[in-house]
Amino acid sequence: MKFAFYSSLLLLGLLGLSVMGGVNEYVFFAGFVVLQFVVLATAWNILGGYAGYVNFGVPAFIAVGAYTAVVLFKSISAPLLVQILGGGILAGALGLGVGLLTLKLRGIFFSIATVAVVFILETAVNNWRYVGGATGLQLTRPQDLWFFDSYVRMLFFVMAVLAVISVAIARYVQDSFLGRGLRAVRDSEEAAECSGVPTLKIKLIACTISGALMGIAGAPMPMYLSYIEPSSTFNLSYSIYALGMPIIGGTSHWIGPVIGALLLATLQQIVTVTISNELNVLIVGVLLVLFVVIAPEGILGLIKRWKQSSK
Amino acid sequence: MFSVDLIFEATLFGILLGCFYAAVSLGLSVAFGLLDVPYVAHPALLILGSYFTFLLCKTGMDPIMCGVLLMPVFYLIGIGFYRFYYETFEKRSTDTGVRGLAFFFGMAFIIEVCLILVFGVDQRTVAASYIGSSLEIGDYRFPYRMLVAFGIALTLTLVLTIYFSKTFTGRAIKAVGQDEGALRLMGANPVKIKQIAFGIATSVNALAGAMLIIVGPVEPAMDRIYIGRTFCVVVLAGLGSMSGTLVAGLVLGITESIVMMTFGASWAPAVSFGLLLLMLGVRPQGLFGR
Amino acid sequence: METILEVSNVIKQFGGFTALSDVNLRVLKGERLGLIGPNGSGKTTLINCISGAFTDYQGSIRFDGGDITTLKAHQRTKRGIARSFQIPRPFSSMTVMENLLVPFAFVGGKDGPVQQKEAMDILQGMGLADKAFVQSNQLSQVELRKMELARAMAAKPKLLISDEAMAGLAGTEVDEVLEILFDLNKLGITIIMIEHIMQAVMKFSQRVVCLDAGKIICEGTPETIVKNPEVQRAYLGD
Repeated sequence: MKFAFYSSLLLLGLLGLSVMGGVNEYVFFAGFVVLQFVVLATAWNILGGYAGYVNFGVPAFIAVGAYTAVVLFKSISAPLLVQILGGGILAGALGLGVGLLTLKLRGIFFSIATVAVVFILETAVNNWRYVGGATGLQLTRPQDLWFFDSYVRMLFFVMAVLAVISVAIARYVQDSFLGRGLRAVRDSEEAAECSGVPTLKIKLIACTISGALMGIAGAPMPMYLSYIEPSSTFNLSYSIYALGMPIIGGTSHWIGPVIGALLLATLQQIVTVTISNELNVLIVGVLLVLFVVIAPEGILGLIKRWKQSSK
Repeated sequence: MFSVDLIFEATLFGILLGCFYAAVSLGLSVAFGLLDVPYVAHPALLILGSYFTFLLCKTGMDPIMCGVLLMPVFYLIGIGFYRFYYETFEKRSTDTGVRGLAFFFGMAFIIEVCLILVFGVDQRTVAASYIGSSLEIGDYRFPYRMLVAFGIALTLTLVLTIYFSKTFTGRAIKAVGQDEGALRLMGANPVKIKQIAFGIATSVNALAGAMLIIVGPVEPAMDRIYIGRTFCVVVLAGLGSMSGTLVAGLVLGITESIVMMTFGASWAPAVSFGLLLLMLGVRPQGLFGR
Repeated sequence: METILEVSNVIKQFGGFTALSDVNLRVLKGERLGLIGPNGSGKTTLINCISGAFTDYQGSIRFDGGDITTLKAHQRTKRGIARSFQIPRPFSSMTVMENLLVPFAFVGGKDGPVQQKEAMDILQGMGLADKAFVQSNQLSQVELRKMELARAMAAKPKLLISDEAMAGLAGTEVDEVLEILFDLNKLGITIIMIEHIMQAVMKFSQRVVCLDAGKIICEGTPETIVKNPEVQRAYLGD
């Protein structure tokens, strides 16, 4: 219940920020992206951190969320919440599909399959006139701002809510039977199976939840950008971020991806704007490799070690 | 539309292309197929080889020569890589799956971004006497650069196949993937054997990288599509099958060539990745795998 | 006595290699069965077929009155078959107690304070109670093997397969593990023991089955097995 209390407090605070006058619009532009990465990192960790299956195809799920939102918006002028729901459902279905195809095989085949999905979907979208194909599509935001001063402020708050929801889901998974089973699968799938854990079913559930959350993160993007096009949506760099943030933050607890995302996404906003996008990918890549080699339990692990040594 | 002539020409081109794809995947076949290392950085090293070839070529040397000269350098890189991977990941047994994959994925990105920072995103090419002109037989034209790559690829595949079946070290490498214990009993050190194997895998990449830049222009982001092509070949062949790599390469090459001719070049990535997914779903052990 | 496990005409092939050819085995309820055979004879393959690690074999397997031939491993565990592994496979990120809570949660359906008390009882019986909250990757070899057995017990099995639980252990450690297995059998659990340590097999088993090259070459009491020339040839060669 502590969690519910603090997260409600946080949301209230962010809501207050969103309706406050005099705050630079850029805060909300950048804040949206940071919060989006909180969702992505949390989502990735449910399968990658808890179960040990590495998803390299993060952009595929983001894109399914984004393009579903576009189709729903373009065809029936669906409101934002419907777009998000639709994106989440279809991305979850993709997760289930990829899981069914490859989770009976070894982990690396799952990872390679996720990359494959990115390229196949990108090729399909490139040839789909309705959503703009390779050149992309311009979108006009609806006038529905609820009580916010600008559309971006509204999107910022929506993303904040989504972030809290995803962390709540991750926390629930972690503390439940599901989490215990996933950890058993990660530590030794054979022993888990012999201890009564229905390993395939559990992995599929984690895969579906993870995919759905990534889709939810992607769904608001077309409205955020007023534009959608394949090559940036399907950018494989999303993968290095989505897996770097939990690994650097710490994969064993839901707060790890949050820490990693907040730190790295904020850094990304600073570096990308001031220096270059490539440099930021380099920084994340180097940090990832460093942490994987030296501090595999991430920042959380470092904190734990530091607390133990100062006792 | 569909003329038999066009399909035939696409098939011929596909054979040349396929052999090239097989050679480019040989390193991965060894590192992942035989040694079980989640070497997703293999395509990145391939592109790195191409860029090094590009640099060396500026001195006026023939690109193939550059590739050959790079091989011992890459051999050492490969040994270092494996040593590092082994000490850091394989030895400490818990949770190696995620960390090993994340490590190589991170390395691949680091290599790609460094290439962008140093060389920019533009395409690079090399010049040689055989690049630019074609051999004409009847109505068909075979670009010389493709024939050269084809020749090198065939030679490489042959040499490696013979190496792995006839020499002691080669056979030890094939064995170490299947039964380390037996190898130890024979007096061979499995870690050393795997090191050598990885060194070979990486040095092959140097020559393959040279071939890549001979066959066409190279840019840093190309490692992404080659993840598809190389893993497709390795999975299609079946893990641990050297000779299968050639057949798998041909299948991919011909399929890609025909699809590109019919639907356009933008469908190329879908072919390799699509075939890969198909194999994983239908017959994950590949055509010839164990 | 009734039959608890019936393996009929099981054939298992790996590609061109036949690991088990037409194996027939009956195990009685409450029995202590020893399974011996030289390396590569198919013992672990047979165990994998019984426990469900492999489901692509020919033939049929019946357990406790039901056909389990096509059931997956976790389903067989729920029916009452538990096994330990030749090389221990602890859930290394978890404590010993948490290791045991996994089968409690997934076989029994609950992992609350009642189950934690039961887990402590099991650990006490094995002499591991003081290690309950230690991370499992910090245990010694013999402690790991005991935890394997404790974890198998947490699944409340009717049949326990112990796959070389004593491999690599020294004198008194072997006796410790042996005593645990005897105690478990007294509780009514049928036990199949695979072991290379002949002394332990002879002491423990009421009946011994010998496997060689995928076939059962003889069955009988420990005394008759030891004297059997086929068995001697299998182990020592011609």
